[in-house]
Amino acid sequence: MSSGQPLLQLEGISKQFGPVHALDRVDFAVSAGEVVGLVGDNGAGKSTLVKTIAGIHGPDSGTIRFEGETVSIKKPQDATSLGIATVYQDLALADNLDVVANLFLGREEISSGAGTVSRSLDEVRMEHEAGELLSNLAVTIPSLRSEVGMLSGGQRQQVAVARSLLGEPKVVLLDEPTAALGVPQTKQVLALIRRLRERDLGVVVISHNLVDVFAVADRIFVLRLGREAGDFKTSEADEDQIVSAITGLGDGSRGVKADAAALVEPESVPEGEGKS
Amino acid sequence: MSEQAAKPEEGGQERSFSLGEQAKRVIQGDLSSLRVVFGLIVIAIIFQVQEPRFLSAENLTNLMLQITTIGLISVGIVYVLLLGEIDLSVGAVSGLAAAVMAVLNVKHGWNAYLAIAAGVAVGAAIGFAQGSLFSRFVVPSFVVTLAGLLTWEGALLQVLGKTGSLNILDPKITGLANIFYSDTVGWIIAVAVIVAYGLIVAAGYRKRVAAGLANGNPLPQILKWAVISAIVVGAVLVLNSDRGVPLALLILMAFVVGMEYVVKRTTFGRHVFAVGGNAEAARRAGIRVNGVRIAVFTISGSMAAIGGIMAASRLFAVNQNSGGNELLLLAIAGPVIAGTSLFGGRGSVWTALLGALVIGSISNGMDLLGLSSPVKLMVTGGVLLLAVLVDAVVRLQRKETGRI
Repeated sequence: MSSGQPLLQLEGISKQFGPVHALDRVDFAVSAGEVVGLVGDNGAGKSTLVKTIAGIHGPDSGTIRFEGETVSIKKPQDATSLGIATVYQDLALADNLDVVANLFLGREEISSGAGTVSRSLDEVRMEHEAGELLSNLAVTIPSLRSEVGMLSGGQRQQVAVARSLLGEPKVVLLDEPTAALGVPQTKQVLALIRRLRERDLGVVVISHNLVDVFAVADRIFVLRLGREAGDFKTSEADEDQIVSAITGLGDGSRGVKADAAALVEPESVPEGEGKS
Repeated sequence: MSEQAAKPEEGGQERSFSLGEQAKRVIQGDLSSLRVVFGLIVIAIIFQVQEPRFLSAENLTNLMLQITTIGLISVGIVYVLLLGEIDLSVGAVSGLAAAVMAVLNVKHGWNAYLAIAAGVAVGAAIGFAQGSLFSRFVVPSFVVTLAGLLTWEGALLQVLGKTGSLNILDPKITGLANIFYSDTVGWIIAVAVIVAYGLIVAAGYRKRVAAGLANGNPLPQILKWAVISAIVVGAVLVLNSDRGVPLALLILMAFVVGMEYVVKRTTFGRHVFAVGGNAEAARRAGIRVNGVRIAVFTISGSMAAIGGIMAASRLFAVNQNSGGNELLLLAIAGPVIAGTSLFGGRGSVWTALLGALVIGSISNGMDLLGLSSPVKLMVTGGVLLLAVLVDAVVRLQRKETGRI
């Protein structure tokens, strides 16, 4: 899918918080129709990188190119207007509102005619469009008029992702989309991510869960202590390689490897191995 | 939605709701307003058994006049409650706004409508100021409006001056609560309401069918229209057999319907619900959260002023007690009794009307029975507690069944 230049390209991005180099000359890119898994240990700079792209805080140095053009993303609105949507881990949905209301929150459709004056909601149009969007994405929910608070975690995550698509973005950033989800729900969300790729979007998935990343990503980008620690094609990489890139430990002794694996997959820790 | 269709058992369940299950749904609050209507019927039966005058046309007309002020103030309170906030100043603001109107009209000879507008403007300005303080400095609304309560009560005494009370003689003001329309006008209003409501329902249904969203069965819509029409006809029938349809009731209904429309059908109303449900989500969705908050407190102040003006009109006077006593607490208790959440994000303006009816009926019935004011207060307190407990129990049950 990635024909020539990437959709979004970051070059030499650095960001410092006091004495801490949160990001140190990081180069990162995502192309249309590509899912990039962004992995790293806590404090590796994943969130900072995403926040830089999302316009939460600007970089200290480095350039950002979007569709080949140098752009400056200083506030969230800059990112949104470029076509970069972010779905945060805490979802930011209003539990007391139904699915349609949440999907269109802040960008409600206004009825034409007399309703324009009072800024009346065009519920029919919103419900119709919401139905089309969700069925295109094959998102299943009990009803478009269900309160979001009554949905399962996976359904909420899917609504949150669908919501980000209403602005017709080109790049979607997903922060821990499968955290705290059960196995079937995780599957649904991963399937949704694949459908985003089919729609030719550039997708960046931050995740702690390497299994999920391997299941969905085309490329895995590893950060460690604010620096790039590896950029792998998923088809050519194995989990050990990624783990050692994350931890910075070579695949030396068996014990080290097991410890490193514990960072990402606690249930795979061999018996007798201490917790890290 | 293909998978939705692949789950026939869910749809089947929906259709085969037994009577018992439907009753359970009513109790569990899917139709929480029906619960309140049921409560109202119980109250009516209790009082009617003990005092046959309770359901007479004359007393029901009186009841409508008695709930006007509290209902109007509650309309504003509903908006504040939807944000999950509280406005303790509404009683004092209603008194002050009425006093400003009275002083301008009586002492300064202002035109009645200008004086009324000035009174409402005072309420709006106070609400705007309190809302701004609350949102700008992130001070709890409880504290800001508590300070307001004291301040505006003082201002009321100041405005009224030494005499402490002002009689209002201007018929344009006293007419607000004392005009009754003739039988003919009453029926014209009834027909107009029924036809207009029917057209709105039909248009909405047709639009849904055109968009492929309705299931092709208009019966529920027709039923809804029929019930509303029956209520309107019944009300006009009763009111006409006494003094006629009171202007005060029309004013109250206009505000209830209008403000319900705003909160349920407009972008602004949607944003009020969003801020009350999850302010952070609203902010990230690009909603100007503080703007919504200030607007809501402005509405609350304005509605308090309008309620106060109606009270002054009914009393033909403003005095040091205007907007005092338990008015504030009853105006907040009403919507809560009728199902608007104190924690924000859930409720409707109809609860202002229903709650005022519950509180008004209890107070009115006990007056008829000649019960003293201490008993009245204690019973009203008990009803509020009961309503909140029922609400809490229902919420717990919903949580247990996974429906938050």
